[in-house]
Amino acid sequence: MDLSLFLIQTMNGVQYGLLLFLIASGLTLIFGIMHIINLAHGSLYMVGAYLAFWISSYTGNLFLSILLGLPIAIVLGIVIERFLIQRLYDRDHLDQVLLTFGLILIFDAMQSIIWGNDVHGVPIPDALRGGIMLTENLAYPTYRLFVSGVCLAIAVGMFLLIQKTRLGMIVRGGASNREMVSALGINIRWVYTLVFAAGAGLTAFAGMIAAPISSVYPGMGNSILIICFVVVVIGGLGSIKGAFLGALMVGLVYTWGTVLVPQFAGAAVYALMAAVLLWKPRGLFA
Amino acid sequence: MAVPREQMTEPMAPQTATTGERIVEASELHTYYGDSHVLHGVNLTVQRGETVCLMGRNGMGKTTTLRSILGLTRPRSGTVRIMGQDMTRAETHAIIRQGIGYVPEGRGMFPNLSVRESLVMAARPGPDGRRDWDLDRVLSVFPRIAERINHMSANLSGGEQQMLAIGRALMTNPELLILDEATEGLAPLIRKEIWTVIRGIKETGIATLVVDKNVNVLIDLCDRSMIMVKGELVFDGPSESLRKQPELLQTHIGL
Repeated sequence: MDLSLFLIQTMNGVQYGLLLFLIASGLTLIFGIMHIINLAHGSLYMVGAYLAFWISSYTGNLFLSILLGLPIAIVLGIVIERFLIQRLYDRDHLDQVLLTFGLILIFDAMQSIIWGNDVHGVPIPDALRGGIMLTENLAYPTYRLFVSGVCLAIAVGMFLLIQKTRLGMIVRGGASNREMVSALGINIRWVYTLVFAAGAGLTAFAGMIAAPISSVYPGMGNSILIICFVVVVIGGLGSIKGAFLGALMVGLVYTWGTVLVPQFAGAAVYALMAAVLLWKPRGLFA
Repeated sequence: MAVPREQMTEPMAPQTATTGERIVEASELHTYYGDSHVLHGVNLTVQRGETVCLMGRNGMGKTTTLRSILGLTRPRSGTVRIMGQDMTRAETHAIIRQGIGYVPEGRGMFPNLSVRESLVMAARPGPDGRRDWDLDRVLSVFPRIAERINHMSANLSGGEQQMLAIGRALMTNPELLILDEATEGLAPLIRKEIWTVIRGIKETGIATLVVDKNVNVLIDLCDRSMIMVKGELVFDGPSESLRKQPELLQTHIGL
């Protein structure tokens, strides 16, 4: 194998991993802070992708579609949290799984009714078409680089928000002692809504920017959900740092698996999870 | 239950003040844990600037009383007025925002936050916009905490955690500080330090409601004392009058 293939596949792996991080971070935050297992998280990824397809079919502009679609996804997140998830905070994980699985079925049916079951593509924005020459004879798609850059910027922003701001301290405090946060005069329900809406927004955004690469198709939310659960479990439930590392590991293993052992690519990710759990049964950072 | 009526009526004298002067006014609280009836009609008031204590053996309902007032455990009946407003069904954060700083039993640490973060996240002006307490002032009151400012709360000693919990409550610029088990499980020297701080807080004019087992310290410190037995107040009166009735302490607390 030559160096250029190695480089390109590694960059693809990192790009996929960073995208997975956007989705998995919401999943792990919602679990770590509210102790909610949200199976419908993948559905919001699908909603994001379909919104990008749907709006850009009118506007012809992906960025404008994101600008218009993201608020819709965030409002959807707020509605789901306020009217459904909020009733489940003191309930069993099984009840949560039941409700959020129900949401998957509803979202899938809605997608089928509104947008049909065809596979759609979303064009790459003109400005980001083509490739960037990495070396004299090695080009890499500009859009993929752009996706990696955006995901990385969001990851850094999220880290700063959680580690350095007062809001981040309150969110972290809420993860370890919810009652004490209210006992300091802070409306924890509002904090929860905010975290859920942020998670929904991140996932939908991931679906939107992934749409030009992965195309838009029924059930896309469910396959990404399973991979993201693998990421979250590898990283340790509730750990953002873990989700970041886990996402990169899964991204690289999946991409390289596809190249080296195509028939086992799907299994490689689970083998990685098994290996990590044998070494650290609670995940890397939990 | 032998309730010394004369003591029960005595605190009514200062309470002739208008209800606006009462920070907490809980009446006829009945609280249950499942089927078990824990509070049997508790009436408890705290006036502005007053230092009061709630004494009693373990399991008598002291913590439940505090939690019922703060909406952390809902009373089945009775009313809670905070700053003159009916807050019986209000959410905890709204009750606290009326001007209460709460130091719970067990200290309520955020083990995953540093000392600085624990203090900063709580910072808020008082209900009247007062900003007397900020990070610098809290750190000057608790030099031990200042030394540990970048440590994680989980790694502090019990005494340091208690100081952090009090400092965190002060960061909210409260009118009333509620301390549940202020010195439980702490070494004698640390206890002394905590009591000194509470005296200092008292002098700044913040009202204090404190639960503790050190009866002698409490009687010295507090303007008014309450004794709780099996979910009822059996004494509520000036600490001076309690001091003159050691038999009450003997019977109800076992000293």
